[in-house]
Amino acid sequence: MKTVRVGAGLGFYGDSWHPVRASIERGGVQYIASDHLSELTLAILQKDRQKDASAGYARDGVPMLVDLWPLAAKHGVKFILNAGGLNPQGAREALARAFRDKGWKAAIATVSGDSVLERLDELRAAGEPLIHMDTGAALDTVRGRMLFANAYLGAQPIVRALEQGADIVLTGRVADAALSLAPLVHELGWKWDEWDKLAQGLTVGHLLECSGQGSGGNFGSAEEWARIPDYAHLGYPIAEVDADGAALFTKAPGTGGRVSFDTLRQQLLYEVHNPHAYFSPDVVLDMGTLKFDDQGGDRVRVTGASGAARPERLKIVGGYQDGWMGTGMIGFSWPQAYAKCAKAAETIKTLVAERGWPIEETNVEYIGYDSLLGAQADPTYRDELNECFLRMTIRTKERKVADAFGRLFPWLGLSGPPYVGSMKGVQGAKELLGIWPTLAKRGLIEPKADIAVERI
Amino acid sequence: MRVALWKIAHARSGDKADRADIGLFAWDAPTYAVLKREVTPERLAAHFRDMGAGPVELWPLDNLLAIKIVLNRALQGGAARSLRMDNLGKAVAARLLRMEIEAPADLPRLRAP
Repeated sequence: MKTVRVGAGLGFYGDSWHPVRASIERGGVQYIASDHLSELTLAILQKDRQKDASAGYARDGVPMLVDLWPLAAKHGVKFILNAGGLNPQGAREALARAFRDKGWKAAIATVSGDSVLERLDELRAAGEPLIHMDTGAALDTVRGRMLFANAYLGAQPIVRALEQGADIVLTGRVADAALSLAPLVHELGWKWDEWDKLAQGLTVGHLLECSGQGSGGNFGSAEEWARIPDYAHLGYPIAEVDADGAALFTKAPGTGGRVSFDTLRQQLLYEVHNPHAYFSPDVVLDMGTLKFDDQGGDRVRVTGASGAARPERLKIVGGYQDGWMGTGMIGFSWPQAYAKCAKAAETIKTLVAERGWPIEETNVEYIGYDSLLGAQADPTYRDELNECFLRMTIRTKERKVADAFGRLFPWLGLSGPPYVGSMKGVQGAKELLGIWPTLAKRGLIEPKADIAVERI
Repeated sequence: MRVALWKIAHARSGDKADRADIGLFAWDAPTYAVLKREVTPERLAAHFRDMGAGPVELWPLDNLLAIKIVLNRALQGGAARSLRMDNLGKAVAARLLRMEIEAPADLPRLRAP
């Protein structure tokens, strides 16, 4: 039976592509599916584009491909990556320029048409209220502050690019798992209504889309994490999928990490809501029928996904400006490190109150004590900590207040409690973003999907 | 006996908009049966009260020996709006592993090696 091998690329903007080399050299992969866009990466890219109209794409895509292409071309490996961000054409131009400089040949495709920021009123006129899908809030509450809004396209436009002979497909916003589902559909000839096969493909994509998290990275556990082999050379996961959809998960020989029932099931449920109805543009997956056969030796066979018909409406995620964060930090040594942090926090609160600044929310955390565990922090040794860092953050509508807040802290070094550390400068205001998930009929979105292939 | 979840289970958490989500995994079938009985939406809501979490949703998955947990409105509006150090909710699973439940002393992971 025909099979196809897909390997994980990046799991986020800024992730390492070095482990991909082993997947190509020794993992037998035919495709690399690389995810550069988290839910809010587009906000970063929007700021880039505001400064420079030719920017707005993930800047790690081009150096990754320049580094890996000689090896990938030798092994006949194709890349599918959403590093196009808000400007897939700009990404293609940058990549084509780099490839021409090297004298390399490739067919580079773009998939675009996912941005709906300029079309919000048009979508509303067509009958989509674009309300917040979790809270039901009306779009008008944030309309003027929206920085980006992109629909999640599915695997279909990527498949069309592959059919046109693309070696590299640069997309904008598509469902993360579509980056893997597309080559499976393309190679294995699946139909768009073979829901169980598509559900297997969605499972594969979901297990690959977070790079090392599918192969032993971030293995959330007490003690067992320390037995994950060789983090320094952790291999990214690879799936070999047959025409029926059965998937064998593994990683390149000689790499670190672990592919097992335990590491895969942690990734399976990661950032999933109802596991019996995991929505994607192409199919709705029920994870409740999946079977995992752990064969040992970093090999796990995954079968049994149940698929239901694709949704009528596509998800859109927008991001809007939602005030400013001010940050201050200061650290203290024993003795009474925690008590001194608490005194510093109380002092800062007094100064803020005397200034009458318009602050909506104040957050106080003690790094080294409770900044990650909150109320689950164990107070047993709180008063005997060797050292402790106070971190205070505020939310305000005024940028200058957020900036001024951070500047309150250095003064504590000479006029506050003793044995201070961490006088490493002042953090300025950081823009805060709210997220706006909503839905629109696919007929309003998909006809705008644009596929273009450039041969260089 | 009272047992902290970290002794008998493993867990990973992440974020989606204003929701923190956690996968809680038993190492073995007898432990999974205990988790299904003891880890309830009410207990989770009490455990995560300080995060201001709204309704807690929960799905047991027998095929994975796992419980999927979703804490609605737990991330101060979402990762890019949150004031917290752990704005992405990555350590929320660690918070969960500190929860104590009632469990039989003879669960596989609790027996002396």
